[in-house]
Amino acid sequence: MIVELGHFALVLALALALVQSVLPLIGARVGDARLMETGSTTALGGFVMLALAFAALTHAYVVSDFSVLNVAENSHSAKPLLYKITGVWGNHEGSMLLWVLILSFFGALVALFGRDLPASLKANVLSVQAWITVAFLLFILLTSNPFARLDPPPFEGNDLNPILQDIGLAIHPPMLYLGYVGFSIAFSFAVAALIDGRIDAAWARWVRPWTLVAWVFLTAGIAMGSYWAYYELGWGGWWFWDPVENASFMPWLSGTALLHSALVMEKRSALKIWTVLLAILTFSLSLLGTFLVRSGVLTSVHAFATDPTRGVFILGILCVFVGGSLALFALRASSLEGGGLFAPISREGALVFNNLFLTTACATVLIGTLYPLVLEVTTGAKISVGPPFFNLTFGPLMLPLLFAVPFGPLLAWKRGDLLGAAQRLYFAAGAAFVAVLFVMAITQGAAILSALGIGLAVWLMIGSFVDLWGRASFAKAGLSNGLRRLSGLPRSAFGTAIAHFGVGATLLGIVAVGAFGTETVTTMGPGQTVHAGGWGVRFEGLAARDGPNFTEEVGRFTILDGASEAGRIESARRLYTARQQPTTEAGISTHIFSQVYVALGDAVANGGQTVVRIWTKPLVTLIWLGCVAMAIGGLVSLSDRRLRIGAPARAKHRAARPVAEPAE
Amino acid sequence: MTRKQKRLAGIGGMVGVVALAVGLVLQSLSTSIAFFNSPTDIVSNAPVPTQRIRLGGLVEQGSVERGADSKVRFRVTDSVETVPVVYAGLLPDLFREGQGIIAEGTLGPDRVFLADTVLAKHDETYMPKEVVDDLKKRGLWEDGKGMVAPKGGEPVAMTGAGS
Repeated sequence: MIVELGHFALVLALALALVQSVLPLIGARVGDARLMETGSTTALGGFVMLALAFAALTHAYVVSDFSVLNVAENSHSAKPLLYKITGVWGNHEGSMLLWVLILSFFGALVALFGRDLPASLKANVLSVQAWITVAFLLFILLTSNPFARLDPPPFEGNDLNPILQDIGLAIHPPMLYLGYVGFSIAFSFAVAALIDGRIDAAWARWVRPWTLVAWVFLTAGIAMGSYWAYYELGWGGWWFWDPVENASFMPWLSGTALLHSALVMEKRSALKIWTVLLAILTFSLSLLGTFLVRSGVLTSVHAFATDPTRGVFILGILCVFVGGSLALFALRASSLEGGGLFAPISREGALVFNNLFLTTACATVLIGTLYPLVLEVTTGAKISVGPPFFNLTFGPLMLPLLFAVPFGPLLAWKRGDLLGAAQRLYFAAGAAFVAVLFVMAITQGAAILSALGIGLAVWLMIGSFVDLWGRASFAKAGLSNGLRRLSGLPRSAFGTAIAHFGVGATLLGIVAVGAFGTETVTTMGPGQTVHAGGWGVRFEGLAARDGPNFTEEVGRFTILDGASEAGRIESARRLYTARQQPTTEAGISTHIFSQVYVALGDAVANGGQTVVRIWTKPLVTLIWLGCVAMAIGGLVSLSDRRLRIGAPARAKHRAARPVAEPAE
Repeated sequence: MTRKQKRLAGIGGMVGVVALAVGLVLQSLSTSIAFFNSPTDIVSNAPVPTQRIRLGGLVEQGSVERGADSKVRFRVTDSVETVPVVYAGLLPDLFREGQGIIAEGTLGPDRVFLADTVLAKHDETYMPKEVVDDLKKRGLWEDGKGMVAPKGGEPVAMTGAGS
């Protein structure tokens, strides 16, 4: 019964979305306030319906109702409760439902917090948002209904893919979808602006926080996914340039560009058309990612089960939205007034530089991801484009950008002083130089490229704070005055510094692991010690153990730092009984930023010996901690007065003026 | 700077970056992509040793040998031809005999395939798409049935998943 209610709620949500996709738009055309207001009501109603549908599906999972096909295929009664719940989105149908739920959640947020938006803009935005909802609800109801029943129901379910039975599944997809789908708001705003034929700095002030929210979640989601793959797959790698990873990385790159160009638009009313285009492209790349992941057109480690009709349907959605919005852009972009020009050496110029490199890098990732598809369709040749391609194209394009990052915040708007900025960066440059020399010295000059990479990372990490340092001017103003000055700075300045610092930290981790990580594959017997990368790993023995829905063979290891013990870890080979699927559970010992990573290979016949793979990963956690810093930087920036209060506050502000002048 | 110069500087910069990107893409597409080959392709038309290729097929039953040097040797077959493979590194959890896999690497001068990557999907009912397409083309695979015997040949002793 609950399942049918869920299905019914899903259909109702579609009906509401249909209303929402038409009425507010007409209202905005004819200037009817009541019609425009239907947008908010239907957006909230649609969200409630989708939340009910999602709750109904979750309930079916929790009580293990195997009469629901989706539950029978992806759950098991012996599975721990957490994985029963996360299993809801561990499959195609359920994750699509989560996708749409988040889409309508963002729509509801606009309805709730957009009270101060110009009514016609808000109505248009909600209508555009509803178009996307309609398309994806149709997709769910017609091709991937999670509420389909199974008759007769089986006694036991198929279980969730063991790889997914991990806390990572609880966090990674929701975060990633909040990011992916969050860009739909920027898209809806862009399309609404094109429909209106009007766009101004207030528009950018509205779009930027939404983009920032989506970006923060996407950053955290990608980092989480990367760490999950790192510890779960047992390969010791943190990024594989897998098409599905690229699918999430491309919206991140263009979303990062969008954040920066929206800044120019907000402050200087320039780059309007470009920002609108980026908003469209960013969400288009999110849609493309959805298509790539779910259509099965690409060979990837984490594509969903494939079904040609689904692929065609999503391709249709992709074409309609991308083609439609780009066509609208082509027709209407000329009606938006362009902004003024500015000197190449200026804050705007620096942000354009950022955009240029980010979008070009994004384009190379796109080419690398789609080229095999295009080539197969046109010539029939089957190729794969792997990490070497991306390292050779994406890497060199990132270098100038990363080098330029510390300059950006030091350049003034309109006309910047490059020489002055360079002078202020003396200290960062000196530190970077020392870092290069230091690495050269300890490696005896063997690792010049890595040394330069680490120098670049240090340059970024220190250079990011030069702006704050300069503005506090501790040297002139003294400590307490300096701190007072700092506390008076806008939060966005701190956000920028923290996020840029995070980029440097991630780079440091990437370079250090690539250059100084070690990999050892060997056969070990109990009591034996292997030395690798400055650590000792002693194998203590194997033992069998039973989990709730798996059996495992656990190898215990002691990590030695010199002669002293630095930690104990367990590394296991598991066999999930329901699917008879083996997995590797790596043992990871973390020492501040570095890790020792141990995975069990196959057992060797004689006397408790086993193949063991040991990686030492210096500074590896910086890769993800840097991403966390980027996300925190985004959050700090989001808490800035300017964004919190934003354009609409002026209306309140004016109303409040007769009573009291606001304190600022 | 005049308006015109600013505009020129902007356009020049853009053209420069895009040209750089195009150059990098073309350069790496010519050196670092891997072509998909079936064992039959490799036997009938051996690629040059420097060319990276992806070898796709099924791991032949009884062919996996784990050497003392932590190298794994096995044979990949499409039921017509087989290619011996040497791989030093971490095999995916789902690597087993009879399973469809993709090995990436180069063909050595002794016609032994030196793999640096082996992919097997994390799903027991999975066959790499390229392998299925290739088998289908030659009538060795039917949708919903999996591997079928080549016409007029011996039955294939393999359990290709996919049903």
